[in-house]
Amino acid sequence: MIELDDVKKAFNQGRPNEFWAIRGVSLRVDANRITVLKGPSGSGKTTLLSMIGCLSRPTSGRILLRSRILSGLPERFLTEIRRKTFGFIFQQFNLVKGLTVLENVMLPAYPLGLDHQPLKEAALKLLGQFNMESKADSKVEWLSGGEAQRTAICRALINDPEILIADEPTANLDTRLSREFMAIIRDLKQQGKTVIVTSHDPVVFEYAGIDTVVEMRDGNLAEA
Amino acid sequence: MKKLILRQKYLIDFTLSSLKRRLAKNLGLLLVYTLIVFLLASVMLFTHSLRREAGIILESSPEIILQRLVAGRHDLMPAEYLDRIGRIRGVTRKAGRLWGYFYDPAVQANYTLMVPRDRDLGQQEVVIGAGIARTRGVDVGDFLTFRSSDGRAFSFRVVDILEADAELVNADLLLVSEGTYRDFFGIPADRFTDIVLQVRNPSEVRKVAEKLTVLLPDARPILREEILRTYDSIFSWRQGIVFVLLGGSILAFVIFAWDKASGLSAEEKREIGILKAIGWETSDVIRMKFWEGSIVSLTAFLLGFILAYLHVFYGQAALFEPVLKGWAVIYPSFNPTPFVDGLQVATLFFFTVFPYTVATIIPIWQASITDPDAVMR
Repeated sequence: MIELDDVKKAFNQGRPNEFWAIRGVSLRVDANRITVLKGPSGSGKTTLLSMIGCLSRPTSGRILLRSRILSGLPERFLTEIRRKTFGFIFQQFNLVKGLTVLENVMLPAYPLGLDHQPLKEAALKLLGQFNMESKADSKVEWLSGGEAQRTAICRALINDPEILIADEPTANLDTRLSREFMAIIRDLKQQGKTVIVTSHDPVVFEYAGIDTVVEMRDGNLAEA
Repeated sequence: MKKLILRQKYLIDFTLSSLKRRLAKNLGLLLVYTLIVFLLASVMLFTHSLRREAGIILESSPEIILQRLVAGRHDLMPAEYLDRIGRIRGVTRKAGRLWGYFYDPAVQANYTLMVPRDRDLGQQEVVIGAGIARTRGVDVGDFLTFRSSDGRAFSFRVVDILEADAELVNADLLLVSEGTYRDFFGIPADRFTDIVLQVRNPSEVRKVAEKLTVLLPDARPILREEILRTYDSIFSWRQGIVFVLLGGSILAFVIFAWDKASGLSAEEKREIGILKAIGWETSDVIRMKFWEGSIVSLTAFLLGFILAYLHVFYGQAALFEPVLKGWAVIYPSFNPTPFVDGLQVATLFFFTVFPYTVATIIPIWQASITDPDAVMR
């Protein structure tokens, strides 16, 4: 489904503080699988994930989504692909403070210009699936860590993306909540989603439902 | 099309909630912005209505006023000049006028004494302007006593108070009979203050004035259009002074707006990053911020303009009265007819909303092109 071909990423290229975060990664991520990018802090997991999720472009190399080259597309097209194909769960959850849970969940759908009532119903249905319906009108800053993460998952799913991307999703959760999160991920896979997760948490990469674990070190795949 | 409208609606909804979330900051901005619009709109509305009122009042005044000059100074006009003018083609009426100024030490103010053309008054009767009635605290039936130029005391009974409609020009007016006027100021029977002429056809006024200059070389014709022009430039000049004074505050406002917009808080920048990461386009973010600016500036503009309208037309422009009306002791109680000029509103809109938009758009654009992966780092 997703192919990476000798992907490299440099920050501050051409300056004295030039830094190569990804040094030539070739990888294939299959559809309807859970893939974990594992590795220590600074190994390049998040940088690679942001390129897969169209949040940034590689300095060199190619990224293909269903044989379509993403790496050369202009910003506008990347945004559209990001909106339709990917759902994001961030490490800090990145919910918008001051808005309610429901508003946060609906936020990625605003640029699509959908009718309000069906959109609201879809958001409430998602919240219901994650036992968050009662919190729909609560402000996100009042939520516990687990609730905030479930809200972030609902937000990631609102546009019904094929691929779910989660960056260090358990970094701010205790073991019980981390296991709960992994159970959710497994359910999503059963619903046909492709999930890519970065983590250095054993609860994640040792989880039974994981299909592929890719280990990274210093911007390269560890086995490479 | 429907999608586009719904998309804008979502953006506006989100913008409104953003404004609500940063209530203190936005209220502060709205307050300053409203104040600026209020001040500018007050000056504009007020000077414009002053000019308009002056124009309306002067419309009924004679087309030409003839004054005699002696050594370049205004002097009394001999009555025989009326005969010397004789018949000039186009002049429908000519008459001598009696008027002058009187200083009342009791209230330290100057009054304008005048003999009315259309009103017969008794020897001791006087009609006064509303400004004098207020300042002296008198009403119809009360008496006013003044000391004439030769030291005699004259007592007048107030028989009427002039209409408040034209208070801008009659606030300090005293109308007395011709006999009383001549007696009070010691002006001989064969002298007038000036002569007024009515010319029906406006295109003949200049020609008549030329003929008068030839007939009476020591007299100076003053045309109504010149008076109107003088009023116009006086009010424009005063408006200019106030605008210069306000210039500082406008500049301060632009700096304030720039600072507010460029100093997007870390929270706002983070929010922009999140929106971009979850699929909002750069143009959506700019549009959202554009709505934010539009809502603030349009609200401020409307509020400021409505407040200015109330201030000028229902509150007697209390803030600018002394500067814009004149430096008289007796201030006219002036209630101009509410009037709004479309071009003025457009000008004001351009000078308030436009600078704000320009001041805010660049920093917002800079923030909106942040890489969406910033939220991952």
